[in-house]
Amino acid sequence: MFDLCHCQQRVYNKEQDNSVRLKIASLIGLLSKTQNFNPESILDDTLNTFNTEKSHQVLAQLLDTLLVIGTQLPESLIVRHRLIEVAYKHLSDTYFGVRNKCLQLLGCLGNVDTPLNKDGQGLVPAVIGDAQSLISDYFADQDPRVRTAAIKAMLQLHERGLKIQQTIYDQACQLLCDDYEQVRSAAVQMVWVLSQLYPESIVPIPSSNEQVRLVDDSFGKISHMVSDGSWVVRVQAAKTLGNMLQVSPHFLEQTLDKKLMSDLRRKRTAHERAKELYASGEFSSGRKWADDAPKEKVDTSAVNLIASGACGAFVHGLEDEMYEVRIAAVDALSALAQSSASFAEKCLDFLVDMFNDEIEEVRLQSIHVLRQISTNITLREDQLDTVLAVLEDSSRDIREALHELLCFTNVSTKECIQLALLELLKNLTKYPTDRNSVWKCLKFLGCRHPTLVLPLVPELLSTHPYFHTPEPDMDDPAYIAVLVLVFNAAQSCPTMTALFSDHTFRHYTYLRDSLSHLVPPLRLPGRTQAPGVSGIEGSGSVESAQLFLQQSLSRISTIHNLQDPGAQDLLNFTIRDLQRLGELQTELAGAADFSATYLRCQLLLTKALQEKLWTMAVPLCLKHNAMATAAAKQMLEETYKLEFLYSGLENRQVATIHHVRLQAKALQLVLTARTRRGVEPLISVCEKFLQEVESFQRLFVVELPHLQESFVGKLLDLSPKLSACKPGELVKILQTTLRQSGFLNLQLPKQVQRASATIIEPTGESDNPLRFTSGLVVALDIDATLEHVQDPHNTVKVQVLYPDGQSHVIQPKPGDFRSPGPHRHRLITQVYLSHSAWTEACQIEVRLLLAYSSSRLCKAVWSDSSTEGLQPAEGATEGTIPFGKPVKVFIMPKPARR
Amino acid sequence: MAREVRCKTVEEPSRVALAKTHAATPSFKNKTASGSHLSNVHLCISSSCFLSGAGQDVGRSCILVSIGGKNIMLDCGMHMGFNDDRRFPDFSYITQQGRLTEFLDCVIISHFHLDHCGALPYMSEMVGYDGPIYMTHPTKAICPILLEDFRKITVDKKGETNFFTSQMIKDCMKKVVPLNLHQTVQVDDELEIKAYYAGHVLGAAMVQIKVGSESVVYTGDYNMTPDRHLGAAWIDKCRPDILISESTYATTIRDSKRCRERDFLKKVHETVERGGKVLIPVFALGRAQELCILLETFWERMNMKAPIYFSTGLTEKANHYYKLFITWTNQKIRKTFVQRNMFEFKHIKAFDRSYADNPGPMVVFATPGMLHAGQSLQIFKKWAGNEKNMIIMPGYCVQGTIGHKILNGQKKLEMENRQTISNGQSEIERCEPGCCCLSLEVKLQVEYMSFSAHADAKGIMQLIRMAEPRNMLLVHGEAKKMEFLKDKIEQEFTINCFMPANGETTTVITNPSVPVDISLNLLKREMALGGPLPDPKKPRTMHGTLIMKDNSLRLVSPEQALKELGLNEHQLRFTCRVQLQDPHSDPDTLSRIYTHLKSVLKGYTIQHLPDGTVMVESIVIKVSSSAEEPNTKVLLLSWSYQDEDLGSFLSTLLKKGLPSGLSSM
Repeated sequence: MFDLCHCQQRVYNKEQDNSVRLKIASLIGLLSKTQNFNPESILDDTLNTFNTEKSHQVLAQLLDTLLVIGTQLPESLIVRHRLIEVAYKHLSDTYFGVRNKCLQLLGCLGNVDTPLNKDGQGLVPAVIGDAQSLISDYFADQDPRVRTAAIKAMLQLHERGLKIQQTIYDQACQLLCDDYEQVRSAAVQMVWVLSQLYPESIVPIPSSNEQVRLVDDSFGKISHMVSDGSWVVRVQAAKTLGNMLQVSPHFLEQTLDKKLMSDLRRKRTAHERAKELYASGEFSSGRKWADDAPKEKVDTSAVNLIASGACGAFVHGLEDEMYEVRIAAVDALSALAQSSASFAEKCLDFLVDMFNDEIEEVRLQSIHVLRQISTNITLREDQLDTVLAVLEDSSRDIREALHELLCFTNVSTKECIQLALLELLKNLTKYPTDRNSVWKCLKFLGCRHPTLVLPLVPELLSTHPYFHTPEPDMDDPAYIAVLVLVFNAAQSCPTMTALFSDHTFRHYTYLRDSLSHLVPPLRLPGRTQAPGVSGIEGSGSVESAQLFLQQSLSRISTIHNLQDPGAQDLLNFTIRDLQRLGELQTELAGAADFSATYLRCQLLLTKALQEKLWTMAVPLCLKHNAMATAAAKQMLEETYKLEFLYSGLENRQVATIHHVRLQAKALQLVLTARTRRGVEPLISVCEKFLQEVESFQRLFVVELPHLQESFVGKLLDLSPKLSACKPGELVKILQTTLRQSGFLNLQLPKQVQRASATIIEPTGESDNPLRFTSGLVVALDIDATLEHVQDPHNTVKVQVLYPDGQSHVIQPKPGDFRSPGPHRHRLITQVYLSHSAWTEACQIEVRLLLAYSSSRLCKAVWSDSSTEGLQPAEGATEGTIPFGKPVKVFIMPKPARR
Repeated sequence: MAREVRCKTVEEPSRVALAKTHAATPSFKNKTASGSHLSNVHLCISSSCFLSGAGQDVGRSCILVSIGGKNIMLDCGMHMGFNDDRRFPDFSYITQQGRLTEFLDCVIISHFHLDHCGALPYMSEMVGYDGPIYMTHPTKAICPILLEDFRKITVDKKGETNFFTSQMIKDCMKKVVPLNLHQTVQVDDELEIKAYYAGHVLGAAMVQIKVGSESVVYTGDYNMTPDRHLGAAWIDKCRPDILISESTYATTIRDSKRCRERDFLKKVHETVERGGKVLIPVFALGRAQELCILLETFWERMNMKAPIYFSTGLTEKANHYYKLFITWTNQKIRKTFVQRNMFEFKHIKAFDRSYADNPGPMVVFATPGMLHAGQSLQIFKKWAGNEKNMIIMPGYCVQGTIGHKILNGQKKLEMENRQTISNGQSEIERCEPGCCCLSLEVKLQVEYMSFSAHADAKGIMQLIRMAEPRNMLLVHGEAKKMEFLKDKIEQEFTINCFMPANGETTTVITNPSVPVDISLNLLKREMALGGPLPDPKKPRTMHGTLIMKDNSLRLVSPEQALKELGLNEHQLRFTCRVQLQDPHSDPDTLSRIYTHLKSVLKGYTIQHLPDGTVMVESIVIKVSSSAEEPNTKVLLLSWSYQDEDLGSFLSTLLKKGLPSGLSSM
């Protein structure tokens, strides 16, 4: 490595051609990035070349190389000073590239802490101390690229912890009107940094005697940049605005202000008009000509056309031609609104307007933002009206985002509730697939506004004081929607139940059972409450379940050896208990399932070992053998499930799982040895097993003390002997160790979650087959929710099983995954089906698979193991676990017509 | 080297005014013929008394700019309000007889609206102009359609004679040179033009005209807020000497376009849901496309089924061009056209007369926009009786049209038998005497939505901020409104702002930089003299000789200049006598002077020569005493022209006399 560099240096010194020297210089930089190479050794040579080098381009490249070397040696102060010295020397170069690189070098390596400077053992010339003022001199360089580099270098110094002086604020502000967009863009960042450093210092307003806080001043200046000529700067400015939370409310509110006028007369904005109409209780006629006719005369001197300062920045940003700017503006609005309630109130109208944007991404973003700030606001009726209009959008994402928004919205009047319900029902009839989402939305709407729902109940349930009204259809999704709203409101409004008619109570019990996640338990007067409806599920239930879980596990831990009498029964009962617990208590489902699966593995192992086959002669045990083999195989499968299906596992649990896997493999090895003749195949299998033991040891060094008494512990005690012995002996050792090893206790981590998937679409209820011409493809829409799946983009796959046993695995596109909440993912994708002609319609199965590969965890260990071995799946340790219920789809490929 | 750029506007609201202004202003022809160096902006616009109204004045734009000796005509519009000679600009301002070719270097058309290009065939074919006409590709494509339509109506329907023919339009278009955005086109060696995006309508452009270092930017009509199909106007920081901007909405700041769009969509949506029919009268080009896109995307988004129709003919043709010139549209359309061209409407179909009677909801775009004739009026008559229906007027309506009447809330209309002049851009109707009347009850809802594609006051200011002009010229607006904007511009940017009344010439003095070739030797010599790096922000003085020869300027060293011109070098020396009271002898005085100078002028070489002189650099000082008064010494100073500074310093220094405390050596 070192030689290589020196070789290059020699070639470099001889080389005449500039471009070749340039390439060599860049190569040296690349090579010095190599691990375990000390770039200091070539530093002197590189520095020497500076004295002889004439070409500017090569100089620039050499400086770049120095930068690489410098970043490789962040600790060495001496190297840094030498490099900085070089940078200073070349700062006055005539070529912009050299100046650029010098500034970059200063930014990355310049001294950050001043005290170090003083006792720098005399290494630091006095000049070098103040990198800051030197860099700021280059703010006025003639080349825009150098100006940009200077600002970036300054920002870099700031990032490395240098406190930038306030004196450069004026300079930075001047750079905001630079001719070049990259300079302006960088200057926006610079001004922002300064505003964060010195928010409270006072700066004078030019051409007046007034003074403002620096953060307000810079806010005004950056707002100005939102109407810049270049969209890159506009995006930068809009983004930056969102990070200036200390700004005074007065300035903040100006960003939404755009004084309208027509013919020099003041006009009210549509927003103001809507608000007034709302206040006066009258609705916009919009029919009168000149309804919006301008009213009072504007004082011409007072009208500030090009708003100095923050005026209307967001109004411009939200109307921008480029959607990048609009999105940035929406994001900024959201950040600012979350910190100021009054601003949130004001920006509401603007956000609602964005629901009509031409780009779906912007619409979606603004809906999300509104949801984020909705805790601060209450929607007026006219605003709600506009919001609800979007429910008819054909994009499912938009609708669901809106449902999500409505879940969190506060509304002010009962008319609003009625309006929302009406629109949601309309949505339901137009897009029946939204059923779940709409119900959920109504659940929250009811929960939040019980008092507003109360006066609507007779109308909603269409009850009549005298007459019996016909009983509504229980299967009607719209009726269920209404009931969900009413029941959730009734939860915190006990008087409501008095308004229910008989069939409503009947429907309540039905829905409480079938849609328990949507319908809350109600205290119904004069009705005996069914056990399990309420009471049991008090607040303490989770703790008691937790306790139960712990108790079951500690009971298990009393088993020392699985060969003990009664151990199997205990395991059996505990597994059953745990399974039931998981069903009852959703919070603990993950932990309970995990434990149950682990115990089942142990049970399987015990059963397999208790088979009589071990004492039998080999030829006789074929039948029993089959059972033990199956047990081993199942154990292996279960361990992969344990490892990859559950999230929240710690290293300890992973070690336990791997331990079970080793046991399963040992069992397999023993079984092979008993059934197969000949030693040859056995040798390779044994070697492989020993390798695995070794890698287990390497991987879980920390956990080994806990595993003393276990299978592996005992095996490792014998390890020196193991590697030397013959396969036959090894098998014997394994057999005895397996039998004698103790039961390894399971320690549960705090939170274990089981990955789950539910396929919402296709429902599998359709009787109409999907017809298509054989040989061609048909697209099947798939919609599924995934919970607690880590990195679904890489792991989740869709499998299609045809009746003839053919199966296809399809990897969905990364864009098909959306993340509506924490630990929750949504897969909306299309899979293509194709088959040769069938005589009649048949069902195919669609299921989701979770792909795993142990290489993710221990790449180095497993990569060298060959794919040949006991199990073909084992070597690669790549595989898939089916999760979620499969769905059946009726399809019918027709023969092609000729 | 100060130059002037002059602007002149000519008002011609009537024949009388025309004659008056004509007499008052010197002929344009004379000026150019005399080869004067003055640059003129010569402006012919007129606001109409017939069509006065808020920002909807249909005037004829025609501006003549004279810059650096080049004459350029910007736009060649026609006036819709007149049917006689007044509808075209009076080209006799430029030349009384003969063709225009020799007086104009080029003609630039900003966009295809007839008030900006309507007089083009008249000018090029009937008056006579063979030079290049510049316009953007979309303008070149759409302009002839509108001209042809306009011609048909004028000649075929109204039977006018002495109008340009189809062939003339074709011939005229042959002279057109298409422009691309941001492409610099050299008209000749000195004149170059560059087009910028202007929004407003498809293919609308702003033009920068540049001669040497002088430049003018003409905006035409432009729009600073993007809409559903076009982007916002953009210009770089070109710092022109004059920015000529339209100022239709000089005193208006508009509300956010989102509210307007939302309102519009909501109204349409509600009516359609009710089962009503919506009629939207539009002009064929411009707003029609924006509204089509708006409704199309809304239908798409909301999964609506009700049919949308637009009237066939001009609109169909225009849509074709919108489809073609995708690069001229906004970001969204440009980015998505690969998947689907937004102008290939899925929900919008061509309208047939019989569809108006179809039951069920529908939306119809129909021409003309002011509801005074044609299809839109026919449909209106059919639908007016039903209160479920709705009519949305997307623009301003001229007084006297049915559009205007219903917007003012008239519920009963007397339908008259009218004769209508109409063309693609704007329709003007005239009432014929003796018409038969029928009355119509208006029950349908009448809505008004303003969708305008002109920059508002804020937009104009934004453009000024972008371009940073040195002077501003406002045209195409009402004087009173322009006054307000002018004040604002002057106050905010501290630049001169002109709003020439029609018939006025504005002259702007520019400060052009004159390029000079400098000899390399001289430059290197000056570089060697000092200063580390050339700093472009700081001017530096240097000595040299300027040679003006063969239309070129060169800066060379004096020696080289002498050699080139074959001249002998002359020395110029100044001599000066200074009287000094000094009692010492002549040599003593001299040595006293020597010591004095030595103490004052540190860092200069001062020599006391044995021949009785003191040399300071190249300045010679001698002392002689007059015969009469031995105490009065006369000092003789002599210096060359190059040492003028030092010489005059010495003379003033010695005039003050010698300090008494000096000892002679």
